[in-house]
Amino acid sequence: MATIAERPAAALEQARAAERRRRRRRSARRRQLVALAFMSPWIIGFSAFYVYPMVSSLYFSFTRYDILSQPKWVGLANYRFMFTSDPLFWVAIRNTLWIIAVMVPLQVLFGIVTATVLTRVKRGLPFYRTVFFLPTMVPLVAAALGFIYLLNPAGPLNRILGLLHLPEPLWFVDPRWTKPGLTLIGLWGIGQVMIIFLASLLDVPRQLYEAAELEGAGPWQQFRHVTLPLISPVIFFSVLIGMIQGLQYFTQAFVVSKAGDRTNEVGYPQDSLLFYTSRLYQQGFEGFHMGYAAALSWVMFLVIMACTLALIRSSRRWVHYQGGFR
Amino acid sequence: MSATTAAGAAASAGRSRRPVPPEIRRRRLLLAVANHSVAIALSIAFLLPFVFIVATSLMTNQQALSPNIWPHPFVWSNYKTVFQAFPFVRYTLNTVTYAGLATVGVLLSCVPVAYALSRLQWRGRQAAFMLVLSTLMLPPQVTIVPLYIIFVRLGWIGSLKPLIIPLFFGDAFTIFLLRQFFLTIPQELSDAARVDGASELQILLRVIVPLAKPALAAVALFQFLYSWNDFFSPLLYAGNNPDSWTLAVALQQFTTLSRGVLWNLQMAASLLFMLPVIVIFFFAQKVFVEGVTLTGVKG
Repeated sequence: MATIAERPAAALEQARAAERRRRRRRSARRRQLVALAFMSPWIIGFSAFYVYPMVSSLYFSFTRYDILSQPKWVGLANYRFMFTSDPLFWVAIRNTLWIIAVMVPLQVLFGIVTATVLTRVKRGLPFYRTVFFLPTMVPLVAAALGFIYLLNPAGPLNRILGLLHLPEPLWFVDPRWTKPGLTLIGLWGIGQVMIIFLASLLDVPRQLYEAAELEGAGPWQQFRHVTLPLISPVIFFSVLIGMIQGLQYFTQAFVVSKAGDRTNEVGYPQDSLLFYTSRLYQQGFEGFHMGYAAALSWVMFLVIMACTLALIRSSRRWVHYQGGFR
Repeated sequence: MSATTAAGAAASAGRSRRPVPPEIRRRRLLLAVANHSVAIALSIAFLLPFVFIVATSLMTNQQALSPNIWPHPFVWSNYKTVFQAFPFVRYTLNTVTYAGLATVGVLLSCVPVAYALSRLQWRGRQAAFMLVLSTLMLPPQVTIVPLYIIFVRLGWIGSLKPLIIPLFFGDAFTIFLLRQFFLTIPQELSDAARVDGASELQILLRVIVPLAKPALAAVALFQFLYSWNDFFSPLLYAGNNPDSWTLAVALQQFTTLSRGVLWNLQMAASLLFMLPVIVIFFFAQKVFVEGVTLTGVKG
């Protein structure tokens, strides 16, 4: 009878399968441990420098805290003060919106223009690209100091404007002209945006332009219906990054405000350069209102999350991905 | 096919074989002249600030305040005065310390993390990668208040430690870039090493790292320059102690240390500050342009 011979064989087979399964499970667990060991620097860093700070920042935002004494629970008072009685909060919001709504789009536009110029010169491309990119390498503090000199009321730029019989604004002295002055610094350092646009413009297949030309499309129509859809993912990317960086805008404004006199307030002149991060810095690290600063940083976090989600959602309507979403 | 007809084919589709008619050739020349004029005008606009900064750095202070555009005489000693007027060497050492150690820390901590996120199969990998990406979007301002409080308790405020030590525990941007690069290395190379009995650490060090040298160089360069230029964090954590100032902080403070602004010295100091960065740029331009493109297109 076969069953007698088969039974031990079946049992053996079963035992082997169990052993194999155990070994596979053990090797899976081993693999998991190895991966976690490789991940450990980030796991420590993420817990210590993101999770813990975010949670404790949320706690501090409901307290009054000056580091020296114990934090005192005040409930929603910080948030209420922010939205209803802190006049400079809204000034900072307005100035930051100016950066995001005026400077960032101008930078994107200028980036597209300079990149387009680069695609049209046949000879000398490496030279022009180097020259256009060079200012981006200049450290922000040095760039700001340079422009404070260039734009001083009797400085080189105003002398050039005078020769051309154009109005000579007081730039960083006149609250109405401080943000346009900063925009000039922003446009000077356009290199990164330009390089990204250049790469994506060079990726547009030539045949598309040739086909459009055969159909009688002029330069503007070619740009509108061929170039623009194909570079829209890069526009999306630079608007997103520009928005996040706009909310962090600080260094150039801080240097400009404090130039000339160290005792100048952050945001000088007349709070025209008081941006969101400037207000946070002022409250947290000049006044040591840590509770209020924590509330400001949580609102910033929520605003960034909301704007990012909104931008991603809107992108489905205007961003064209070749071959679908990555 | 000669070079002219090839160029002609690219410019005017359809009529490439015929010799180019003179009016079209003239139009093309005019177009090239127009394009170059725009490019040259833009170049002047981008370069002019450098010219003025260099010129001013070589003037006497009276000249810098006068309407003269060209220095007369050239005051080369301004550059020497910068070193005497304030402890420029000390600030340079601080900046090099910050940038150098930050670069080392980022490389040591991010290479294994990027490896685990790109070349190991494990549960939770996708979730961990999403978390890395989300911290990439998070500006430092969101966490500075509690971090500042932690650093106060540790007694690190006024030193470079708060700037350097966190970078030994991973940096989202670097992890992301390295992961993207590691993904492009063929899996067969790792499998072959695995068959030979190599451990994952050996595979990382002997197979992946040698192949990823260009990416590692790019990432190191980015971190070094980022730290060199960084202003917000050094101001926040080291601003209260002049002994720990980096060049960026020192330069900003320098504007007001001397009563009345000394434009010539300030421009000379700014130039000395940006010089290493610009030298690095000229030597590593390719790394730079390709790296930026990678972040933009893949980002």
